[in-house]
Amino acid sequence: MDPGPAEQIGFRNQMRARWKALPVLTRALIAIGLEAALAILCYFTLDHALGFAVATIAVIYWLRRLPFYPRIAGEAALVALFLIFGPRSFAAMLATVFAVLLIPPRYRTWALPAVALVVAILYPFYQQKLFTIPVFGVWPDVATGVYMLVFIIMAVGLNIVVGYAGLLDLGYVAFYAMGAYTAAWFSSLQFAHRTFHFGAVGIDPKLAGIHITIWLLLPLAGMLTAITGIIIGLPTLRLRGDYLAIVTLGFGEILPQIARNGDNLFGTGFNLTNGPNGITPLDSLGFGNHISHATAGFLPANYLQCCSASFFGHQIQSTDVFFWTAIVLLLITVFCSLRLQYSRLGRAWIAIREDETAAAAMGVPLMRTKTWAYATGAFFGGIAGAYYAAFKSATFPGDFFFNISVFILCMVILGGMGNIAGVIVGAGFLAYLNQEGLANTGAWLNTHISVIGNLPPVPGDQGNGLDVPLFASGIYGAIILIVMLFRPEGMIPSRRRAAELHEGVQHDEPLYDSTHAGAEA
Amino acid sequence: MAADASAPTLSARIPRPGLISGLGLLFVGLLLFWLVVNAVKTPSDFFEVLLIGITTGCVYALVALGYTLVYGILELINFAHGDVFMLGGMFTITYATSLFGLHQGEGIAIVPIVFAVLLLSMLSCGLLNAAIEFVAYRPLRGAPRLAPLITAIGVSFIIEDIGLAWKGPNYVTAPDVFPHTKVFSIGGVDYTWNKLIVVMITVPVLLGLLYLVQQTRQGKAMRATAQDKDAAAMMGINVNRTISFTFMIAGALAGAAGLLYSLYVTTVRFDQGFQLGLIAFTAAVLGGIGNLPGAVFGAVLIGLIQSFNEGLNWHAPGSDWTQSIVFSILILILVFRPEGLLGERTPEGG
Repeated sequence: MDPGPAEQIGFRNQMRARWKALPVLTRALIAIGLEAALAILCYFTLDHALGFAVATIAVIYWLRRLPFYPRIAGEAALVALFLIFGPRSFAAMLATVFAVLLIPPRYRTWALPAVALVVAILYPFYQQKLFTIPVFGVWPDVATGVYMLVFIIMAVGLNIVVGYAGLLDLGYVAFYAMGAYTAAWFSSLQFAHRTFHFGAVGIDPKLAGIHITIWLLLPLAGMLTAITGIIIGLPTLRLRGDYLAIVTLGFGEILPQIARNGDNLFGTGFNLTNGPNGITPLDSLGFGNHISHATAGFLPANYLQCCSASFFGHQIQSTDVFFWTAIVLLLITVFCSLRLQYSRLGRAWIAIREDETAAAAMGVPLMRTKTWAYATGAFFGGIAGAYYAAFKSATFPGDFFFNISVFILCMVILGGMGNIAGVIVGAGFLAYLNQEGLANTGAWLNTHISVIGNLPPVPGDQGNGLDVPLFASGIYGAIILIVMLFRPEGMIPSRRRAAELHEGVQHDEPLYDSTHAGAEA
Repeated sequence: MAADASAPTLSARIPRPGLISGLGLLFVGLLLFWLVVNAVKTPSDFFEVLLIGITTGCVYALVALGYTLVYGILELINFAHGDVFMLGGMFTITYATSLFGLHQGEGIAIVPIVFAVLLLSMLSCGLLNAAIEFVAYRPLRGAPRLAPLITAIGVSFIIEDIGLAWKGPNYVTAPDVFPHTKVFSIGGVDYTWNKLIVVMITVPVLLGLLYLVQQTRQGKAMRATAQDKDAAAMMGINVNRTISFTFMIAGALAGAAGLLYSLYVTTVRFDQGFQLGLIAFTAAVLGGIGNLPGAVFGAVLIGLIQSFNEGLNWHAPGSDWTQSIVFSILILILVFRPEGLLGERTPEGG
């Protein structure tokens, strides 16, 4: 088997071509041998359940490309292992994987998201009863779920800019901040010299400051953020990809700095953002008594004082209601994103991403299309920021750092640029890691692996062991690096984007002409 | 090949009337007026800040040159460069204290030690930078252009955390070995030795770099690779080795900058590299990226702007706004004059 020319471009393709050049039986033996080695290693050194979980996932990954008989043999070996040793977590994971595989392919596009949605909506009911995941510890609680959903919304928004339109945006945190501050300005005591109420719940109607109901604030925050995006975008979107990235990075640093220093803007004494103290508290969410009565209490009047109802032995908490509302917001975001993907605008984005010059020649208005991508991405960032600020009932300038921009970018890259399912999975996983997962994993590593548990602390810190959350940004950096080197299309790739990234569409090739002589002094 | 990227941008940038340059001139005029008022009101502050600005400008120049060299040859913004610079500071502190036992107030005896530490630090950072290129950028040579850029951000975070794991989350203190005695006075302000030493180390390094790029065979190979990789390869230049060499030189410059920064400012922290690196990158863009004298010019300018902003009294925004000011300059330059102050106008520059 002689690999074709397309196979030889890129490190990963070369590796894959070499791998494919081996005889099938050799490949199967190597795969099974590796798995066995891994399983034995895991069995003797790690928690049993973890060993099998790792082995299962790895075996399924290795086996799926093999011809029929080696694959069946491998899977039979897996089942035998399962029958001999059967930890609960192993069974659960195996069952999940098989459940996915058993759905006929033609129904998967609909069945999988529907099942995932139902599982997600019911999460608060069964979260307490779930088993402990090996390594990762307990399942995330519902408040972490809200955090994950907010970051998923942002990642889906950034995916429009990075995945669809192919514009690298390193300043997405600016939109997050903009949304959060919009929500804070219009539902708190920040502008105490004015009193304006519109649909706010749970507060004294004579309270000073501007108080607008969150259901208006969310679209308002989205629109203000989109306008910010347009203002940022109009002068800068003419720039080439890497210059655009650095300009967005610049804006991503400037806006949070304005938030930090905004308690006395330009020495005028005007307090825009309350500086480093942030704006807190924000008004509670809620639909008000009128709507609540009209829907027989289905829509709660005030999220913070809600819910006496109890289902399946679970007393509904206000966090649960925040969680479900975030799911609704995510559904809206995903719906818009899906509808946009193959709309006229979405196709224009793809055209620009693949070849800007050809797209321009075909009559795609470059500036307008890019600005729309930017504004749409910003819109969802703003909504997510506003909702999260309302959930936390606070917004602090310390939340908006460059790390967050890269964090969201990492979600998009890990999941798969341009693929919504991938972005959702990647974002959910990373947001969970950031909030709970890293701490839990670190605790597990420190107690179970003595080498790590006995590591000396970093200078200036106390206690032996590896402080995993301290190295969060390095872990994201490593994820970015590994994904870009070995699987640039992400975990769940969009087929079209994968083809581009592997064959290397030649649109963005640097020009080495004499007018741009590099080191010529 | 030059036609395909220039077509859309060229049409967008033809109507560039004098209004923009007029506004720019007005802005520069206001800036000069502000400086003159400050100089008249508090001359001693003004001169002190001026000297500080030139000194920090020298450090920025070394870092900015690294960005410019790499950009010139690969058209890649090497985000990790600032963190290599930060790690250079940590290398310096380690070598100076652990290896040579350097401490404050040793007099003239520090000269050979500082020289040895400089060489070691440059070597370490050069090797590190070349290793980064080998691991992270070389496999992506044929990939779309944004891929190595994204990778560079990842590498930057990894290196930052290496610094964190090595030296911890707090400031690391370097021995204050440069003497603070006066060389001469200007406007009632003393020009101290520590500032002069920074310039005395920077200038020979810059001259050496200029000689390397312009006069040597390796420099010729670098320039040829920057112009056209394929043609250079056909002329028998080993392109990969030349790129590695360029990264090594850039890393060595970052190592020198790290030494100067850590011994002049005397504190380094793991997360400083990225910010300082971005400021230096702004300097490279300001001077015209890919242009060596431009990077030095831009760096001194940025150093002056930063210290004027932080040190002057009359209507200066202060250090709270330094980042915003630097990034505003970056954005304005990229939008209105992407070829920089000293660069040539290129068809694809925007």
